[in-house]
Amino acid sequence: MLEEPASEAQVPHVQTVVKKVRGTIHVTQNRCKGCGFCIAFCPPKVLHFSDEFNSHGYRFPQLKNQNGCTGCDLCGLYCPDFAIYGVMQKQGKKQ
Amino acid sequence: MTEEQMIAAAPEGCGECLPPNPVEGFLRSERMPHIWCPGCGIGTTVNCFARALLQAKLDLNKVAVVSGIGCTGRVAGYVNLDSFHTTHGRAIPFATGMKLANPELTVVVYSGDGDLISIGGNHFIHAARRNVDVKIICINNFTYGMTGGQLAPTTPVTAISSTTPYGCYEQPFNLPNLAESAGAVYVARWTTYHVRQLTHSIGEALRKKGFSFIEIVSQCPTLYERRNKIGDGLDMMEYFKESSVVKHGAPTREVGIGFQGPIVVGKFVDIERPTFLDLMDKQMTRTLDAHYTGSVVEQNVRG
Ligand SMILES: Cc1ncc(C[n+]2csc(CCOP(=O)(O)OP(=O)(O)O)c2C)c(N)n1
Ligand code: SF4
Ligand code: SF4
Ligand code: SF4
Repeated sequence: MLEEPASEAQVPHVQTVVKKVRGTIHVTQNRCKGCGFCIAFCPPKVLHFSDEFNSHGYRFPQLKNQNGCTGCDLCGLYCPDFAIYGVMQKQGKKQ
Repeated sequence: MTEEQMIAAAPEGCGECLPPNPVEGFLRSERMPHIWCPGCGIGTTVNCFARALLQAKLDLNKVAVVSGIGCTGRVAGYVNLDSFHTTHGRAIPFATGMKLANPELTVVVYSGDGDLISIGGNHFIHAARRNVDVKIICINNFTYGMTGGQLAPTTPVTAISSTTPYGCYEQPFNLPNLAESAGAVYVARWTTYHVRQLTHSIGEALRKKGFSFIEIVSQCPTLYERRNKIGDGLDMMEYFKESSVVKHGAPTREVGIGFQGPIVVGKFVDIERPTFLDLMDKQMTRTLDAHYTGSVVEQNVRG
């Protein structure tokens, strides 16, 4: 599932330092077996485990916030369970 | 199926602008989640294989996957391609038959080290010697996963397995060296950590004519890591990351793997040699001249 956009409080107030969203992920939560490869090997380290559990009792990866994911899909390549993939989004999309 | 058809067949992404998972059309989604344990490396290799196939832009109607028995042998059942789950150790003979009967096919053998090198070892060396044009993807997790973690011909010296509770004392096979010595024309080794390099290498093997061999050093957290007190899948991936040394063209006799020791990875062999079919046609034409009407294959194609 896509995360909710970062709340007002998490987004820096000065518009010029807000990074543009360049990529995002899609997670099929109930396929995840919680191995943590995607989190460990994401180059910008933007993933963490959810607080919730999926139907098999595993925590699944989530973006810490909407900034920083490059859509490189390395998480998708590592995932042994086909549960996550990254996609690039159009550059210049405003937060 | 073409790549476009696969993408069209894939389920919708979760709304908005997300395209579907690039590998979804390649999988038999109705069989997910698969049986592999949490942190097992086999799924990661399938991911790389799927992406390599998509990038190679092959007609997927002309690609077949053949597996033997074992956890890795399950791959044949999860890919949305023509696939054969054969008997233990016999993936290569099946694949050889398919290739000779229909040389238009790209035939990929996807199986474990136990299946391919232990019970199937004889088929392996002879297919390499004859340079049968099949691509071998061998998942080496240092053990027989499916049957409970017994000693495999790849288990490193001193490692514990269910049949060597006091530690292995047998010399394991060095798989790239075995493949090269037997006659393989393409030999590479990567680990499940090296996803991009592995994807590239599988692409090269798909394009290569002749017996091509890729060893993928992988993890079996359930039966190898736990018994050897290495940790879980991620611990083994960290070991692959820390202890791998990329050495393209390394002499294969120097790439044996010791227990939790350095792992030399890279492309070791990439040579040209006539294939089994090339040599058969040449020899038969030389002997029979105009009486030779072509291989069984060509006759089949002509009808
Ligand atoms: C003729 C025969 N002998 C033995 C077996 C039992 N058996 C099933 S899988 C396997 C070994 C699998 O090891 P490997 O190829 O390394 O695959 P992994 O499960 O590790 O992926 C064995 C011995 C069998 N199925 N058939
Ligand atoms: S797509 Fe790349 S940057 Fe984004 S979460 Fe996945 S690995 Fe990290
Ligand atoms: S790599 Fe896949 S299975 Fe492992 S934690 Fe990430 S999404 Fe879950
Ligand atoms: S037993 Fe080992 S090889 Fe088999 S699925 Fe589990 S982790 Fe993978």
